[in-house]
Amino acid sequence: MSFVATVKRELLLACRRPAEIINPLFFFVMVVAMFPLGVSPKAELLSVIAPGVIWVAALLAVLLSVEGLFRADHESGALEQLLVAPTNLYLPALAKILAHWLLTGLPLVLVGPLLGYMLHLPVSASSTLLLALLLGTPTLTAIGAIGVSLTVGLRSGGILLALLVLPLYVPVLVFGAGVVSYAANGLPVMGLLAILAALLLASLTLAPAAVAAGLRISSGG
Amino acid sequence: MYFESFDAFLQMGKHGIYVWSAYGISALLIGLNIGLALRARTLARAEVIRLIRREALNVADSTD
Amino acid sequence: MLSAVWQTLTRWYHQWGSPRYFFQYSGVLLRWLWPLAIVATMTGLVWGLAFAPADYQQGDSYRIIFIHVPAASAALLGYVSMGVAGLVGLVWRMKMADIMIKAIAPFGAILAAVALITGAIWGKPTWGTYWVWDARLTSMLLMLFLYLGVIALINAIPDPRQAGRAASLLSVVGVINVVIVKYSVQWWQSLHQGSTLKVVGETAMPAEMLSPLLISMLGIYLLFACTVLVRARTEIMRRERKSQWLKEALQ
Repeated sequence: MSFVATVKRELLLACRRPAEIINPLFFFVMVVAMFPLGVSPKAELLSVIAPGVIWVAALLAVLLSVEGLFRADHESGALEQLLVAPTNLYLPALAKILAHWLLTGLPLVLVGPLLGYMLHLPVSASSTLLLALLLGTPTLTAIGAIGVSLTVGLRSGGILLALLVLPLYVPVLVFGAGVVSYAANGLPVMGLLAILAALLLASLTLAPAAVAAGLRISSGG
Repeated sequence: MYFESFDAFLQMGKHGIYVWSAYGISALLIGLNIGLALRARTLARAEVIRLIRREALNVADSTD
Repeated sequence: MLSAVWQTLTRWYHQWGSPRYFFQYSGVLLRWLWPLAIVATMTGLVWGLAFAPADYQQGDSYRIIFIHVPAASAALLGYVSMGVAGLVGLVWRMKMADIMIKAIAPFGAILAAVALITGAIWGKPTWGTYWVWDARLTSMLLMLFLYLGVIALINAIPDPRQAGRAASLLSVVGVINVVIVKYSVQWWQSLHQGSTLKVVGETAMPAEMLSPLLISMLGIYLLFACTVLVRARTEIMRRERKSQWLKEALQ
């Protein structure tokens, strides 16, 4: 199975179940909307917490959506077929991660600046927010996929996945929210964006290998 | 001995409560953890020995 | 000379990698290690608590250091060794490796918790509050979370071999991550300029404070090692309970 074909197949399959694309997005927006209600509608307060709020909400949305990464394949038996085939799992894993991010991560990235505006984040920071989310959310998907590969088929999936993956998300959260705060205060952002890009490259190259190993472990092979 | 009396040792300047509660909680947690590890080992060993005895009995039965 | 050392190391690796050899010799080792661990811990702590001089700034509250720093460094060391064991287990499929991970995780988590609790208690006389988001405490909190993740994963998978291998992979990923987490937390700290718990004499600690600290550190490391060996032996007894060699060893 070629790389492009896998991505295409994933995208096609997802088009038949649009809820799986839209639900994480709704979740993202709803979590962010809870904060002004829970904290305060004051602009000066919201603009300070906006980067962190948006990033934490994005993190949770990715975490919740990535849980279903292998569910359909696991239930239909396609995953088992992939595992018994004498092929390397690296590229299929990368394709799954990429397709999943295109479907669930990219919409979050596009909505991010809008939510930033609603939280009174300075407009000058919204391009940085967009870039940071663009670099950070694929990292989140890739790291989440490792956790999913280890918990696929387990009954206690959701909460367990969060326990495994949330500590691993810390660097992305720190640098992602940090760079947006920098931009809001007019500080230079290139160095921090470079760190986010480095994290993205590292996770995209290493995570598929870990996902492949994880899937083999979970299948008892 | 750095302290002049045992009372001074217990009081630790004015920080006795912090120092001793820190050490007390640490000792409790570490002790409990070691105790549980030792107990699990004893249980596992007893289980294997029980298996050995049962096998010995079975062998004795079959030779009779 | 060098090749002889290498040969010895590979021989040890193969010998200790076999559950049978491990079980036999860890029993002998423990007979020496337990007394050594207890003596070292007691010496270090009694020296630190009763004989070391007080700190000129913090007074006697600094004496918490003699448990705080050993626990924190042992928790970190334990996590790194889980990563190494995980790598060995994944690459060479060594059986003992995932047994070791299962053996290390519980005490590692406890030590991370001890480091956090003692750090918090130390914070009260130093900062006037039990909790401050300082870089050291925050990293230790994340370390505890990473340990809890490994333990939760082991508990969630019913098959012990599969659980061990899954924990191996997670530990390797976690160790790579821990370095980045450490770096990112330091940067985060500098961003928000919070207070930092100044460990007494971070640059130059006088010998009368350093010696008891090093001894209690050694003691905690040894206690950790002993408990890990005991837990590994327990796991071997559970897994190999049908093997003939184990029955002979226990008779």
